[in-house]
Amino acid sequence: MNIATGTAIVPRQSSAFSASLTSRLVALAIIAYALYASTQLGFSWPRFVAGLEHGARFLSRMFPPDLSKGDILWGGIMETLQIAVLASLAGILLSLPIGLLGARNLMPGWVSWTARGFVSACRALHPVIVAILFVKAVGFGALAGILALVVASIGFIGKLFSEAIEEISPKQVEAIRATGASFMNVVIFGVLPQVMSRFVGFSTYQLDSNLRNSTMVGIVGAGGVGGVLFSAFQRFDYGFVFTILFTIISIIIASELLVNFVKKVFHV
Amino acid sequence: MSNAQIVSHVPSAAVPLANRVWQRHTPIQKLLRFIVWFTIVLAVVQSVRHIEIIPEFLYDAPEQMQDMLGRMWPVDWEHYQSDVHAALVETLHIATLGTLLSIFLAIPFGLLVASNLTRNKGLNLFARVVLVASRSINSLVWALLFLAVFGPGAIAGTLAIAFRSIGFVGKMVGETIEQMPRGPIEALQAAGASKFSEIWYGYWPQLKPAFLSILLLRWDINVRESAVLGLVGAGGVGMALDTALNLFQWPRVATVLVSIFAIVVITEIVVTQIRKRVL
Repeated sequence: MNIATGTAIVPRQSSAFSASLTSRLVALAIIAYALYASTQLGFSWPRFVAGLEHGARFLSRMFPPDLSKGDILWGGIMETLQIAVLASLAGILLSLPIGLLGARNLMPGWVSWTARGFVSACRALHPVIVAILFVKAVGFGALAGILALVVASIGFIGKLFSEAIEEISPKQVEAIRATGASFMNVVIFGVLPQVMSRFVGFSTYQLDSNLRNSTMVGIVGAGGVGGVLFSAFQRFDYGFVFTILFTIISIIIASELLVNFVKKVFHV
Repeated sequence: MSNAQIVSHVPSAAVPLANRVWQRHTPIQKLLRFIVWFTIVLAVVQSVRHIEIIPEFLYDAPEQMQDMLGRMWPVDWEHYQSDVHAALVETLHIATLGTLLSIFLAIPFGLLVASNLTRNKGLNLFARVVLVASRSINSLVWALLFLAVFGPGAIAGTLAIAFRSIGFVGKMVGETIEQMPRGPIEALQAAGASKFSEIWYGYWPQLKPAFLSILLLRWDINVRESAVLGLVGAGGVGMALDTALNLFQWPRVATVLVSIFAIVVITEIVVTQIRKRVL
């Protein structure tokens, strides 16, 4: 670095931040892996250059954006929003009891392990794969998308909610127990007030992520704007593709602002 | 809500203590809360009324699921060696290379979005828009875009994973930088360090542990994501799944699903172990 400073030559000394031998070896291994993997996946320079040409043509075909199919776009967007809203509602309502059952400080071992196993299973497969399975089971359309996102929501909120409950202070719970309260009362007055604000945080995050995911379950036929997008791609209608993408991004930016507002209102 | 403040909106000096009214929220807070709840209810009612759910399908669902799972059993393990294994390895390559690639793409935007490092509102906003755009386009959609450019195969998948990860990695890097203690950086500035030295010696050592953790987390997510890219033709195990689904070969579908499940579990174990040892 002493070249950059441009001052007199400093006598060579060990640098304060020199990398250790292990971290150098790890870095070397990662570079070697990256080179190996790229040959395995068939990356090559000519292909990259050819790709850039295609990319330029692709971009030029996206302009001007096609604004003529407003009603198709609007229908898809509305369905996407509705899928996100319903899936979030059902997912949040279901993950409340499941998350409670998974908390190790409230439940006996066999209950919490069962609940945790169920939640992990919900999280293991990607929402799109779950959506495919639901499409095969309940047919094409929004229902499959909603069910798939409900599963994803349980996998996410259920886990975080259990963890939040495990971190609460036991004092309030003991105080409520000491009054001779029933289990339900312990939960309502001792546990929930301590985790409610975090639960609102998780829920708003999940609404946001369901909105993102609901734009894509349509690719496998589970309703929403994803289907419109996919068919536009297959027709090489790139102008319309650009319009759809632009709309999706705007909606997600708007939803992020909205979620921040809601969090502020609830002091999360 | 537990931490909502107790607000008295009567000037404290003017009113005797006994007459003071204590309220949990100010009228404006109450109104805002009401608006939020009202909007939620309205959105739900609107969605229930307009979405096309055929009730028969809903009642039928458990039975249909049972039927489908029944057809998947027993899992066809002979199929694994013949074409799931290679596809699974390809999926891992896509996820890992995509994550590595996202480092180079995400760090510049992470540096630009942090308002204490880049003191230019315009640049902050630009980086934020790029990051949000990267996150709001799903990896499948990124894959479609790159398929149009590079043609079918793993190259589109890898780039899709990388571009999708920019938003996540960049956002986390930006947030970590914004929460950093200022001491070491001010020391460097006082010594007259260049911007590069400031980043390399002041920010990077503080960022490093968080950065490793972010990458591990993202790699874990990317393994799951890359498993579905094949559904649109972007390489990996999703292609095997797609073929099996289109041919209605349910035992083969089950093989692929179990393999994906196994690889996800293994990834999680690996990530936990690395996290324990390194962080």
